[in-house]
Amino acid sequence: MNPDHLYPFLVSTVTAATPLAYAAFGELVTERSGVLNLGVEGMMIVGAIAGFAVAYQTGNLGLGFGAGILAGIILSLIFAVLTQTLQTNQVATGLALTLFGVGLSAFVGRSYVGLTLDGLHPISVPVLSDIPFFGPLLFHFDIVVYGSLFLSFGLKWFFGRSHWGMVVRAVGESPASAHAIGYPVIGIRYMTILFGGAMSGLAGAYLSLAITPLWVEGMSAGRGWIALALVVFATWKPMRVMFGAYLFGGVTLLQFYGQGMGIHVPSEMLSMLPYLVTILVLVLISRNPKIIFLNQPMSLGQSFYPHS
Amino acid sequence: MSNLERRAQPSTKMMFASPVIAAICMLITGYLLFTLLGKEPMHAFWVFFIKPLTTAYGIGEWLLKATPLILCGLGLAIGFRASVFNIGAEGQLTIGAIAAGGVALYFHDSNSSWILPLMMLAGIVGGMAWAAIPALLRTRFNTSEILVSLMLVYVSQLLLGYLVQGPWRDPNGFNFPQTKMFTDVETMPLLVDGLRTNLAFVLALLLVIVSWFFSHKMFAGFRMQVSGLAPAAARYAGFSQKRNVWLSFLISGGMAGIAGMAEVSGPIGQLQPVISPGYGFAAIIVAYVGRLHPLGVLLASLLMSLLYLGGESAQMQLGLPSAVTGLFQGLLLFYLLAADIFINYRFKSSRISKQQAHIPTNVLPEELS
Repeated sequence: MNPDHLYPFLVSTVTAATPLAYAAFGELVTERSGVLNLGVEGMMIVGAIAGFAVAYQTGNLGLGFGAGILAGIILSLIFAVLTQTLQTNQVATGLALTLFGVGLSAFVGRSYVGLTLDGLHPISVPVLSDIPFFGPLLFHFDIVVYGSLFLSFGLKWFFGRSHWGMVVRAVGESPASAHAIGYPVIGIRYMTILFGGAMSGLAGAYLSLAITPLWVEGMSAGRGWIALALVVFATWKPMRVMFGAYLFGGVTLLQFYGQGMGIHVPSEMLSMLPYLVTILVLVLISRNPKIIFLNQPMSLGQSFYPHS
Repeated sequence: MSNLERRAQPSTKMMFASPVIAAICMLITGYLLFTLLGKEPMHAFWVFFIKPLTTAYGIGEWLLKATPLILCGLGLAIGFRASVFNIGAEGQLTIGAIAAGGVALYFHDSNSSWILPLMMLAGIVGGMAWAAIPALLRTRFNTSEILVSLMLVYVSQLLLGYLVQGPWRDPNGFNFPQTKMFTDVETMPLLVDGLRTNLAFVLALLLVIVSWFFSHKMFAGFRMQVSGLAPAAARYAGFSQKRNVWLSFLISGGMAGIAGMAEVSGPIGQLQPVISPGYGFAAIIVAYVGRLHPLGVLLASLLMSLLYLGGESAQMQLGLPSAVTGLFQGLLLFYLLAADIFINYRFKSSRISKQQAHIPTNVLPEELS
């Protein structure tokens, strides 16, 4: 590969990986408590339009990100009320959330099509970013990127070392036992679902405020679904989510850098790659039932109704 | 949940009432939304739900748009009954359209009346083949059919984009990304002159009956239903889950393929980068709102089709974005899922619980009271 292309490729890989990582972190926490939320794509796209609209109206990116997170939380709250309080089927409700989110974002976003704003800028870490080659590569990103790294370590600590992390895992493995010990299973699942919503909303806002600071209908382009696959790929482990996100981030960029790298195939074929790689990776992980059995939260996707 | 109690038996009445309740809730939300947007709500309702059906042409469009929804919805309902989640009908529809379009372009100079049936066959095979991928990966490698079938939607749309911008582009088409128009023998015959409704609608109606026969009268359909309702019982009876997955995907893929073929050889008449406004996804809602029953799917398709027409009408007459359609569709499914709670639960009736709480002493034997 031409070194002139390598540097921008690596930098963009990190930015492209960030929304995938956030959405997958959120879903990971939700799934660890035994809840499968297929609405990631919907929460992400609503986060994207909410973030863009608020940032455009106020001129404040921070408020934009806040709005994205809030939108994700509100959508996930609908999911939580339906699946936890009303005990609806998680698969159907998640799908409904995605279909609703896509429709809602297109409806709200109609008046924002074609507008742009000044997106999120990278921060140079003083001194460190002056190191030749590695400096700009490692220490010249925006704050959300650094946040994703902190989050990966934070979640590793949370699930591995903290009391409440253990409780969430217990709820995911055996809600009946967790309930018998006296933990509020439904309440904990509410929390993890809302966290998932917040992260998906943030991921969406990052798309429309940092990666491409504009609004395009359907701009999440299946990233929410890729994030769902990423959680399986990572066998429900935070650090592997981070790794997987960089892998997929790189693959999604091949369509832009492919020509420069000397890959001469139609751009549509390169655009197919993220989806095909997702399928391939899912097959590789799922073909071994032991990996799934040992890592997947036992109660994933099942409703739990505490009997008094 | 505190003022709800479980019913002894799932309520059949609620089974049928809940889609109606969901539709009414959707209308109420629509009323609020129209008011919020500063439109006269009753007028907006009229524009959205009544006006599209006031002309013969409008009725034709209504049935035309219902056709792909019926076709996809019937197939998905069969799979959903067996708890096999094919989310990628949109992709199977696209591949069906590509396969049918390929046949049409290959035989573009021929005048044979066999081309249309051949296109139909190509559409079915195309849709089935595309659906076979998630089925194979599910049965062979235990891979989530939800994620795989969904990923393949994006792949199929990119493939269509590549074909119409590259090898299949009409050389005399002023560089527009579209193929040649299909000839008369490659186009679905219209049912009534002046309306765009075509033969595919009749086919869809026939398939409603076939599909009812399959799921209610045939052993294969029964096996699939048992597997969906009671997986353990199905395993014990020796019903193969793998066969259910294959059947679900091949049937729903084939039906979606017909829908795709009918779109490009019907109202569109050529291949374009976008051939469906999300019929394959809307069909998921159709299947649920139609209670996974063929007749229900037919009714739900007519409702959803009206939402598409209403969206267009509202865009032209009221200046509302047509995306309001997607919003209504999503809301409809939410309300349905919420209303479905009353199939298995009911509000605690104070009258009954008082009677039960108060044990009349005079009926007890004397030594106990």
